[in-house]
Amino acid sequence: MKIHEYQAKQLFQKYAVPIPQGGVAFSADEAVKVAESLGEFPVVVKAQIHAGGRGKGGGVKLADSMDEVRALAGEMIGMTLVTHQTGEEGQKVQKLLIEQGLQIEKELYLSIIPDRETAMIAIMASEAGGVDIEQVAEDTPEKIIKVFIDPLLGIQGYHCRTVGYGLNLPSSILKQFNQMLPKLYRLFVDYDCSLLEINPLVITKQEHVIALDAKVNFDDNALFRHKDIVEYRDLDEEDPLEVEASKYNLNYIKLDGNIGNMVNGAGLAMATMDIIKLAGAEPANFLDVGGGASAEMVENGFRIILGDKNVKGILINIFGGILRCDVLAEGVVTAAKKTGIEVPVVVRMEGTNVEEGRKILQESGLSLITAMDLRDAAQKVANLVK
Amino acid sequence: MSIFVNKETKLLVQGITGREGQFHTRQCAAYGTRIVAGVTPGKSGQKMDDIPVFNTVKEAVINTGANASMIFVPPAFAADAIMEAADAGIEVIVAITEGIPVLDMMKVKNFLKNKPSRLIGPNCPGIITPGECKIGIMPGPIHMPGGPAGVISRSGTLTYEVVHQLTLQGIGQTTCLGIGGDPVNGTNFIDCLEAFQNDTDTKGIVMVGEIGGNAEEQAAEYITRHVTKPVVGFIAGLTAPPGRRMGHAGAIISGKAGTAQGKIATMKECGIHVCEDLGTFGEFCARVFS
Repeated sequence: MKIHEYQAKQLFQKYAVPIPQGGVAFSADEAVKVAESLGEFPVVVKAQIHAGGRGKGGGVKLADSMDEVRALAGEMIGMTLVTHQTGEEGQKVQKLLIEQGLQIEKELYLSIIPDRETAMIAIMASEAGGVDIEQVAEDTPEKIIKVFIDPLLGIQGYHCRTVGYGLNLPSSILKQFNQMLPKLYRLFVDYDCSLLEINPLVITKQEHVIALDAKVNFDDNALFRHKDIVEYRDLDEEDPLEVEASKYNLNYIKLDGNIGNMVNGAGLAMATMDIIKLAGAEPANFLDVGGGASAEMVENGFRIILGDKNVKGILINIFGGILRCDVLAEGVVTAAKKTGIEVPVVVRMEGTNVEEGRKILQESGLSLITAMDLRDAAQKVANLVK
Repeated sequence: MSIFVNKETKLLVQGITGREGQFHTRQCAAYGTRIVAGVTPGKSGQKMDDIPVFNTVKEAVINTGANASMIFVPPAFAADAIMEAADAGIEVIVAITEGIPVLDMMKVKNFLKNKPSRLIGPNCPGIITPGECKIGIMPGPIHMPGGPAGVISRSGTLTYEVVHQLTLQGIGQTTCLGIGGDPVNGTNFIDCLEAFQNDTDTKGIVMVGEIGGNAEEQAAEYITRHVTKPVVGFIAGLTAPPGRRMGHAGAIISGKAGTAQGKIATMKECGIHVCEDLGTFGEFCARVFS
């Protein structure tokens, strides 16, 4: 799960990690109020959307007067911000973070991630802050400092020193940094983060270390033990069909294609999308109905797929194990009758009770296209888009 | 022959009295798996069908000699259950549970480092040596005993698809196992490749991967150096968009890393026969393994 920068900074504050002074604003009036409380200029106006690349897209601007704050805030709220992460359609800005402008001496990069390969918590840092870290990793990997922490032992002093000296921090800064890093690590572990990134972490002319930006993502599997984080969820940042699907525990991701699909199991669902592409069409979605799908879930799945107006046909691919083919077939028939599907539907079933399932489909009186195997299904999908 | 489990395996089930645990225990027993015990805290002395239930894994091991465990404990308690099994000296721990927090699994992985236990999963369909022993949720009848193929996969139903196509071609399986769709798991591709290479009945290996991480790339490099048997590979997720988790917690393209295209290229370079059309997977294997 993703949260906004201002929410991440609230967490930083809770852990006494230094952040610039500021506050969130939902209107130009509120923006002015926050700016007044800061008492000096310049003031930074930052659009709050989940996607990165906001600066380049025009979502981060400096204001030198109260009029400018009002003008910038007025422009930004309601604008559609397009960055390399939002895609062409962009993301509507509905809130701003208003912050004090800092006098920056140096920009650093710092992040904490779970390293899947070593099963350790990795801290990555670089003197090349404020830029695209993936580019740094590719071009000059020697500029990135990495330390790995055993989650059973936790962060030690030497981890902090390795990072701090690696960043060539002057001794006046090192102490602050060594105090800050364990706090960030604790936040990461306490909240089951899947990413904690500060880019840039700045050293000010006044020799303070401050988190100028804050990006924190969470492990969806751990949200059951972080009710306060679930409160941070912003549905405006998510696709409406995906929000709808999540209400029914359906794993749905909207894509740009024209062939909808419904599959049991994530791996088979991805492979089915690939087959659609191989057949010359484009998948409209990823939809995993899971191993224990009920007739009701199939029905909801249908409704969500059909909520996407680009869908010209649907492929259902089920390998029945625990989910029996006859149960699935009943679900498909009920859903098709209830939702009044007007696009062609190709059904491919295999596994437990497949004969009974096929019989139910044949006798339903619906014009469902039955595929005998995956290759047959691909050909029938290809015919749909000809 | 087979790898990791066979007809001698004595299985206990953690979470045997839950809905899933009960259902799949019966399915596994019907397949012929020797199930000797169940564990549900607070239910010692009870029986599930004819299987004795114990409070702790240790108690179950002492009383029944169980050497493998199948775990159906809910996500919040699953890491604890895996560690309990390892602490009791269980040799093969199969964790079916989906949705365990990554941080919990990282702790488990480090806990297991100096222990002899083998963890399969979590978030996996389990392991089956056809005709001998089924530990997991896969449909038994699609499998064909006797080899010559060994199957390793990160998925569930995609593995069933692949196995089904092998069986239709008359290609039996020595052992099939799902190593799980989570970012941090126990047994990896390389562990299985090594075991299949050393198993005399396995003549060819099928490796089914997907986007996310670099386990397939590492396996491919291992294969060039250590595996002499033919390997057929498949990677799901050619059409997956970057930055989105595709159902499995581990199936995510991060930046330029973990793409299907990248994995397929590396696997081909390393001499793996990569099938790109799942619809013809069985025939593809028949050609490579003949």
